[in-house]
Amino acid sequence: MSNVIKPKRIVKCESRPQGFTLSFFAMASQCEVLIDTPDKSLAIKMGNIAAYETWRIEDKYSRYDSKSLCSKINNNAGEQVDIDEETYQLLNFAQHCYEMSEGAFDITSGILRKAWLFDGSDNLPTKEKVNHLLQYVGWDKVTFSSNQIRLKKGMELDFGGLGKEYAVDRVVLLLSQVADVPFLVNYGGDLAVYGKRKGNEHWQIGIEHPSFAANRSPIITLNAGAIATSGDANRFLFKDGHRYSHILNVVTGWPVENPPNSMTVAAPNCIQAGFLATLSLLQGDNAESFLKQQEITHWAIR
Amino acid sequence: MQLTNKTKPHLKALLTTATCALLGTSAQAATENSWEFDTAIMHYAETDRVSATEAIIAGEKTFDNDEVLNLKLTIDVLTGASPSGAAAQTSPQTFTRPSGNGQYIVDADTTPLDDTFHDTRVQLTGQWTQPLLEDYIVSLGGNFSKEYDYMSASLNGNLARDFNQKNTTLSVGMAYAYDVIEPEGGIPKPFSSMVIGNSDDLGFDEEFSQTRIAGDETKTTLDLLFGLTQVINRNMIVQFNYSYSTADGYLTDPFKVISLVNTNGEAQEYLYENRPDKRTKHSFFGQAKYHFDSGILDTSYRFMTDDWKIDSHTGEVRYLIPLDNGHYIEPHVRLYTQSAAEFYQPFIHQGQALPNYVSSDYRIGELDTYTIGLKYGLPMGKNSDLSFRLEYYHQAPKHNGTDEIGELKNVQLYEEIDAIIAQVTYSF
Repeated sequence: MSNVIKPKRIVKCESRPQGFTLSFFAMASQCEVLIDTPDKSLAIKMGNIAAYETWRIEDKYSRYDSKSLCSKINNNAGEQVDIDEETYQLLNFAQHCYEMSEGAFDITSGILRKAWLFDGSDNLPTKEKVNHLLQYVGWDKVTFSSNQIRLKKGMELDFGGLGKEYAVDRVVLLLSQVADVPFLVNYGGDLAVYGKRKGNEHWQIGIEHPSFAANRSPIITLNAGAIATSGDANRFLFKDGHRYSHILNVVTGWPVENPPNSMTVAAPNCIQAGFLATLSLLQGDNAESFLKQQEITHWAIR
Repeated sequence: MQLTNKTKPHLKALLTTATCALLGTSAQAATENSWEFDTAIMHYAETDRVSATEAIIAGEKTFDNDEVLNLKLTIDVLTGASPSGAAAQTSPQTFTRPSGNGQYIVDADTTPLDDTFHDTRVQLTGQWTQPLLEDYIVSLGGNFSKEYDYMSASLNGNLARDFNQKNTTLSVGMAYAYDVIEPEGGIPKPFSSMVIGNSDDLGFDEEFSQTRIAGDETKTTLDLLFGLTQVINRNMIVQFNYSYSTADGYLTDPFKVISLVNTNGEAQEYLYENRPDKRTKHSFFGQAKYHFDSGILDTSYRFMTDDWKIDSHTGEVRYLIPLDNGHYIEPHVRLYTQSAAEFYQPFIHQGQALPNYVSSDYRIGELDTYTIGLKYGLPMGKNSDLSFRLEYYHQAPKHNGTDEIGELKNVQLYEEIDAIIAQVTYSF
């Protein structure tokens, strides 16, 4: 996967009734920033800031990019790799997620993909293969400090579960410092809004996601905070009348039983929403009740 | 693997703490509590004449309820020479410095320039703006500036009201300024003759002091402003202003003289100028900004008329073109033309009865100017912006119809000036 052809990095600007929509492609998603301003040059400026920040994060943390810091850490598993402050903060956040989820949310679990290919077929992996990979899973086997990280040999980090949401939050932070205009940052359904719109109008957002048939896309009204969606209805295995979801339990290495097809969660920040959405899917049958007990606004699709 | 919620602390609270470290303080806090600064260095240079360097630092802070505080500090350093008002001659001329301390000689065929200009001005401006009731915005401010021989202090207030879902804004404003001028050597007596001679001579000081009437003078200025801003559509906004300004007090320039010439056009004496002690101006201003897909067009026109009979027209166009890399480029053109004050004349003829008021200051004579320039702006990453401006300014004083006599036919009475303006601005 190291030779992924990157789409051209361009930012498009289109006008819409209350302002402009700036769009670009990053992190395997169509990314959009909707800015409520009549000032086109400001909108373009903000669109460029958003795109460059997002591409920066993609270049740094994508595991598909052989030049990324993430690849450097993975390729040097077993040795110390130097990291910067931003990476340290991200690792710290991942550590918090690991602790809050009692080990269920683990950014070292991506390696299990080597056993599981969720292509709708009945190709279950062997228990031996899964067990073999499990020795390379476990955040507790990672040591890091404010300037270095060390993975056990064979382990891999995957920022996929946090990177896009982190980019949304970073972009909100940067754009809010450019101008005091309302805007919406939407990266393929992971999104956040900022500022008060004219006449206190809310943002109407249709959540598009691989899980949703076009007519089932929920329309969400938002005037503050963020939303993120986890799950993919198209990724599963089916054998002997049993549907195996693509949500993996990192302790057993096997799919979680009966999670919703997708979960959309609201939170103050996108990275929080993303974590909560993924964590809820890991609860399987109890996904909805888990979020309900935590008093977290959510929209589940089963 | 399922979480037991009863024993778990609240996830939302835990997450808030974890996210704070990652994303810093919340985005809103970052904008509300931080100052934004503009810094600029500008250099203005006329060929062979005045050059000025100006440094500006301006800060803006927005508070929780949309109150805005602006503070600005400006420092100007002015050096070089400016026209004294005397006419050029075909032979060299000797002048006494405005202070009375020393003389200077101006070459033949050269516009007499007084080269004693060297001044530093410090200016401090503060403005507080806040919403008041619904749809009203009130703004109050003050300004103080001081240089070696000049002090100015002013207060202003402005009230704006939004109508029509904020598409229309009407505003009224008022400003009052008090200025004191205290030139070195004192205020010259109007129409008295410049004393020329060796300032070390016995009796020079006595003679010089007889051309002086006071140590300082003052003036007050009252401005009233009425404005209308109208959003036409998503792409266009227009603004109209009318302002009335009346100045009272000492409006003469104590450094300016006028040549008194004989029938051969030869300067016999240099008389200190005299201007009326009242001036009332009316100004009409219109501006339209239009957002095209390819940029922003900003056009404006101003007509000004006053009871000194100076009428002026100013037309200005800017066009901001955003570039693909986030930078922008902005060409700028400004055209200006004015008629002369009714008491303007380039020199006085000996045979002529002295008028009540007179000045040969080219700045109140008939004058055309134009400016062409370019600005280039580039964002410097997080929150900051750098821009460069380079402009060429041309000033062409015009013949006001006065017949030249004798040797004045052979000299340049209306010398044109070129200037370059260079500015670097950094906002963060």
